[in-house]
Amino acid sequence: MSEKKRQSRLTAYAAIGAAGTLVLSACGARAGEEDAAVAESCVDTDGDTIKIGFINSQSGNMAISETTVNDVLHMAADQINEDGGVNGYELEIVEEDGQSEPATFAERSEYLLTQECVAAVFGGWTSASRQAMLPVFENNNGLLFYPTQYEGLESSENVFYSGATTNQQILPALEYLKEEEEIESLYLVGSDYVFPRTANMLIQQWAEENDVEILGEDYTPLGSTDFSTIANTVAASDADAVFNTLNGESNVAFFSQFDDAGLTAEEMPVMSVSIAEEEVDGIGPALLDGHLTSWNYYQTLEDPENEEFVAAFQETYGEDRVTSDVMQSSYNSLFLWAAMAEEAGSFDVDEIREVADGTSIDAPEGEVTVDGETQHVTKTPRIGVINSDGLIDPIWEGELTDPDPYLEDYQWADDEEAAEYAEEAED
Amino acid sequence: MSTTATQKKTGRLARISAAGTSPGVPSPRTAYLGIALIAMGLLVLAPALLTPFELRQMGRFVCYAMVAVGIGLAWGRGGMLTLGQGVFFGIGAYCMAMHMQLEDAALRGEETPQFMGTFGVDLPWFWEPFHSPLMTILLILLLPAALAFALGYSVFKRKVRGAYFAILNQAMVFAFVTLLVGQQATLNGSNGLSGFESFFGFAIHDPANRQMIYMIAAALLVIMMLVAYWMMRSRFGELLVATRDAEERVRFLGYDPAIIKTITFVTAAVMASVAGAMFVPLVGIISPAELGVVPSIAFVIGVAIGGRATLFGPVLGAIAVAWAESTLAENFPSGWTYFQGLLLILVIALLPGGIASVGRYLRWKHRGEAGKPTSEDPAPSDPATSDPESENSQKEAAS
Repeated sequence: MSEKKRQSRLTAYAAIGAAGTLVLSACGARAGEEDAAVAESCVDTDGDTIKIGFINSQSGNMAISETTVNDVLHMAADQINEDGGVNGYELEIVEEDGQSEPATFAERSEYLLTQECVAAVFGGWTSASRQAMLPVFENNNGLLFYPTQYEGLESSENVFYSGATTNQQILPALEYLKEEEEIESLYLVGSDYVFPRTANMLIQQWAEENDVEILGEDYTPLGSTDFSTIANTVAASDADAVFNTLNGESNVAFFSQFDDAGLTAEEMPVMSVSIAEEEVDGIGPALLDGHLTSWNYYQTLEDPENEEFVAAFQETYGEDRVTSDVMQSSYNSLFLWAAMAEEAGSFDVDEIREVADGTSIDAPEGEVTVDGETQHVTKTPRIGVINSDGLIDPIWEGELTDPDPYLEDYQWADDEEAAEYAEEAED
Repeated sequence: MSTTATQKKTGRLARISAAGTSPGVPSPRTAYLGIALIAMGLLVLAPALLTPFELRQMGRFVCYAMVAVGIGLAWGRGGMLTLGQGVFFGIGAYCMAMHMQLEDAALRGEETPQFMGTFGVDLPWFWEPFHSPLMTILLILLLPAALAFALGYSVFKRKVRGAYFAILNQAMVFAFVTLLVGQQATLNGSNGLSGFESFFGFAIHDPANRQMIYMIAAALLVIMMLVAYWMMRSRFGELLVATRDAEERVRFLGYDPAIIKTITFVTAAVMASVAGAMFVPLVGIISPAELGVVPSIAFVIGVAIGGRATLFGPVLGAIAVAWAESTLAENFPSGWTYFQGLLLILVIALLPGGIASVGRYLRWKHRGEAGKPTSEDPAPSDPATSDPESENSQKEAAS
């Protein structure tokens, strides 16, 4: 027995030794030595189809939102294929489930780029999922179309942002509150993640410049449903309005406890930037009636492109379905990519990037044009008021606004102010 | 080993002493051969046969398997249902990620990681130690060990066990994740840390380096399996199983069960932390979403399915479940979660020893016609493979 034992132990040591040698022999380039070699694209253009990838969460807590994006992307692809495809190629869709987890988004997007060799990828919703995918797209020189309005301060050569950045959503909302509602004080409520934190940092800077008093700034963990304390503090603060960056189901609890605290939309309107038609239905129109939202698109917009879009969507997915801002931006993103690929006459990422600037489509929200430098798009800010039917009526419209993710055109939003703010927040 | 095997099975004490040696602990020949086979598979076959993408995915599974080895020891051998390994996994992962972020910042000639620029903060004090590679490795090992020791010793000394221990673990994970999410300016909150360029000076996107990182992870897993086997076979391993099955009796024999359990818990924590540290360069991101309550439960599922008290069950179970998730979730995105839950319920209800016990069970059935099972081949109803919690609660009810 002991002889056998020694033998098998020897085998094990030999295996480990061999492994160690292998590990050491496999060392590659040192960091920072050279520009990271970007993987060669493996996109296959030999057949008469071209592969594109959709990456949306079809399971996990984001599935409820992201499946609507998936639906509308499919509709867009079908419409493009009916019109003869892109550059004569029919679109072939490869779908991946992000499972609401950033690491899964990273892994599955790498799969799409390196194994399936897709020409472009559409999807992602949360900032976390976008940031997780970013290195994958940059290292494989892929193309991601990200549809959600977000916190800005980013522009990657490998991402096109078809949703709003802060100067197309947050700042117009503030302007509206100041000009139309004539507010002098504001209360900030948000979920604890990067979008509300960044948005509120900008709001603090804006408020200082515009003599609006911020009476409070509260964060709750994502998914939190206990708002009785916050609702009472908000009521006691007697602010002129509330700026709400809460996400998902937290809104249900917040608005019902806001209502319980005896607050109404007339006395203290809540301006929300994460509640669209889809969410109104979940929270309940009764609680939201009369409150405000800031988006670039509403289902109720009266232009032929939108009427066609809504009709096509409801015909495909049912009369009871609604369309929202993010859905519309996703829908646009596929047409933007198609337009750029047609313009370039190629699916090559570098060639598409070259022709991107100025590419324009007639979208449901109106004309949308790509800004080549930031790879964001122009947007028309719109303030809406939620009605009792669960839809949102636009009541105010700003000018067509160029994207400015780093807020370079805004004097007050400089780095020093940000640093000061952060220090204050630390104390 | 042979002396206990010949003991007659009379009552609980005999069953306990038998449980200490045989169930799940393979003979040295089987163990070393099995470990050598796994090493061959992971270190030679996988790099030769898999595409770079698949290899990276395999690397992720290997990280889960490392956590599983620890859970196998703590839960399978020690009866401590560790539903909070996400904390230790997270500590290791964040330590590594902070070091890699600082390394990248240095390459760019900056003081702080990029995300901190948004909020304009200076480098927080708790990032400082991670400038040094050596310090990072030490902290990856020491931080989880210290936390597990403090938590384990205080809890086990007060004889908290079973479901209470599991709930405490879950609460700890929940608190840990809430803490991380709140650190927007200093740890990038729910977005987590990502976008790495270098790993101890090596370019992370270089294919050869990627393979190297995978090899390191696989080699670490093999080492952990050897450690687990040595622990299982040692006198300490026998004491651990004895503590699991009859803690009071171990105490009466003059041992301190709290120490025995704490050492095991610390070992499991360190294994989870090392797994987390390797997860970061392999997957390229760590965020609170990978550490929460659900991922912590998911760590346990593979172990339960594979066979928690065995040497190979946790590793093979964890890899198989992770592989099945990646493959099946593609085809049935929303169905996978139900399937996983169903599988866990079936295993817990019908096969508490996990898949690894099927062979033993069949052999026992076969032999059962000729005579009673020997202690070398315990039936699934043996305390070694039955649910430790129900054992404990029975005991508590009896005393």
